[in-house]
Amino acid sequence: MKAGKGETIHRKTLKKKQNHYFLYALLAPALILTIVFKYIPMYGAIIAFKDFSPLKGILRSDWVGLKYFEKFLHSPNFTDIFTNTISLSLLGLICSFPIPIVLALMLNQVRQAKIKKNVQLVLYAPNFISVVVIVGMLFIFLSPVGPINQLVSAIFGQPLMFMSEPEYFRWIYILSGIWQGAGWSSIIYVAALAGVDPELHHAASLDGANLLQRILHIDLPTIRPIMAIVFILAAGGIMSIGFEKAYLMQTSMNLPSSEIIATYVYKVGLQAGDYSYSAAVGLFNSVINVFLLVAVNFVVKKLNEGEGLY
Amino acid sequence: MNMASSRMDRFIIILNYILLTFSVLIIIVPLIYIVIASFMDPIALLNKGISFNVSSWSLEGYRKILGNEAMTRGFINSVFYSVSFSILTVIVSVFAGYALSVNELKGRNLFMTMFIVTMFFGGGLIPTYLLVKNLGMLDTVWAILLPGIVNVWDIILARTFFKGIPNELKEAANVDGANDWTIFFRIVLPLSKPIIFVIALYAFVGQWNSYFDAMIYLDNAKLYPLQLVLRSILIQNQTMPGMIGDQLAMAELKRLSEMIKYSSIVISSLPLLVMYPFFQKYFEKGVMVGSLK
Repeated sequence: MKAGKGETIHRKTLKKKQNHYFLYALLAPALILTIVFKYIPMYGAIIAFKDFSPLKGILRSDWVGLKYFEKFLHSPNFTDIFTNTISLSLLGLICSFPIPIVLALMLNQVRQAKIKKNVQLVLYAPNFISVVVIVGMLFIFLSPVGPINQLVSAIFGQPLMFMSEPEYFRWIYILSGIWQGAGWSSIIYVAALAGVDPELHHAASLDGANLLQRILHIDLPTIRPIMAIVFILAAGGIMSIGFEKAYLMQTSMNLPSSEIIATYVYKVGLQAGDYSYSAAVGLFNSVINVFLLVAVNFVVKKLNEGEGLY
Repeated sequence: MNMASSRMDRFIIILNYILLTFSVLIIIVPLIYIVIASFMDPIALLNKGISFNVSSWSLEGYRKILGNEAMTRGFINSVFYSVSFSILTVIVSVFAGYALSVNELKGRNLFMTMFIVTMFFGGGLIPTYLLVKNLGMLDTVWAILLPGIVNVWDIILARTFFKGIPNELKEAANVDGANDWTIFFRIVLPLSKPIIFVIALYAFVGQWNSYFDAMIYLDNAKLYPLQLVLRSILIQNQTMPGMIGDQLAMAELKRLSEMIKYSSIVISSLPLLVMYPFFQKYFEKGVMVGSLK
């Protein structure tokens, strides 16, 4: 909406007459809520450097410097928890990033609008199921007497202990995540593909390019900028993988591979009441997260001809 | 087009349909299994698997679930939380999005930056919990409703939408003597139904499916949302008090609790799954406006 020069000047004089109290009033609720529920906790995070005592409060508790960070780094759980967090997120990123792209390219080939719409309807559906139900379904399907194990028992003679053996946790977590999210994540690529000029395809096929070549050289480059953004955002969130699902999927048996930083923070903080230590672990996590976001953005920018998230 | 490439094309097209059918089946088979299982007697299900033989059908699971107080209260609580949360989210983000869309607003960039920063940095679980605790909101509905209202994504969505409304419209109204208030409520808001709808739907679904805030902030079981009740049934394997008479034998207890699992999944997921196809285009719109800004 570019206005002409004359118009801009006219608008300026017009607006000057009004005060913007009304606009500030509209902005106020969001601003106040953000300051209270986002910025005050940021300030509150300094309890990670203090010996927080509920009686003294955040301000008057004694400074202890990096004591709690060191405690975490030296704790016997550190290696396990850190490796679990990193490997679960990295594996998740690598496995779940390409599938929505492939799905979108596949959907894009469906010419019958009705079929396409119905397929999308089914593919998106799991996105609307809650984590609690998803994990509940995992426990049902993967239980020793569940339908999958009935099949497994028929073949191997005995069921697999899916939910209680640490080695399976990662894959169940990631595969169920793909089951739930891949369809929905493909929307953004489907939208971008809709913008491809059909003339390009026509011209390419006249030049003898087959369908696969056209997908690789016309469709794929079209969605590349979006792929970069989605990848950066996903990578930036690498350390903040879902507390919610991991926590629900935890059983006392699979803890060696299912304990991640987020669940650990919850346990030592809210369940055991060790606020300062837990806050330190949480802060450690966010710092790595920000670092990863910046690093990935830098790399993608290099690879993607200067197009990054920022 | 030469022969070889057209044969190749046909192969890819067929492969494409096969793979898509496969994807659809992977998603739909478990869902159908749950629905059918919810109508079956668990013993029959265990012994013979899914069957369409009416003799092994039973509505007992549904009867237990629908007659259970914790479950119905959870359902009502979830409706309350989701509806109020959507309304509050719409008001806050549409208001803020509008204010930030006006170029003349002083400090606009500063405010925008303040919001965006919170997408990447946060105080973390413990400081947030302590804040909610210090505000005296533990064990109140405010702990569920207030902390999550400001969703930066929603504000960006709204702002992008309002930027698309021609300025001339506002100017014309201004010339006619309308003040900011009138312009916003009489002219801009009536044009904003799509964005209001999108934000409300997202907020509703998010709240309906969430359990975490309720888990950490609520102690009083009377305030529990549906997902927390479900968690105890599905994951902690608790049968809800009053659901099953206590003089029942262990085996019977186990049978009933299995049944309840299936029917509770169906009852809690059905509302969204049935509604969503009608709103599909709005959800898609939301994703796209958000992504292509």
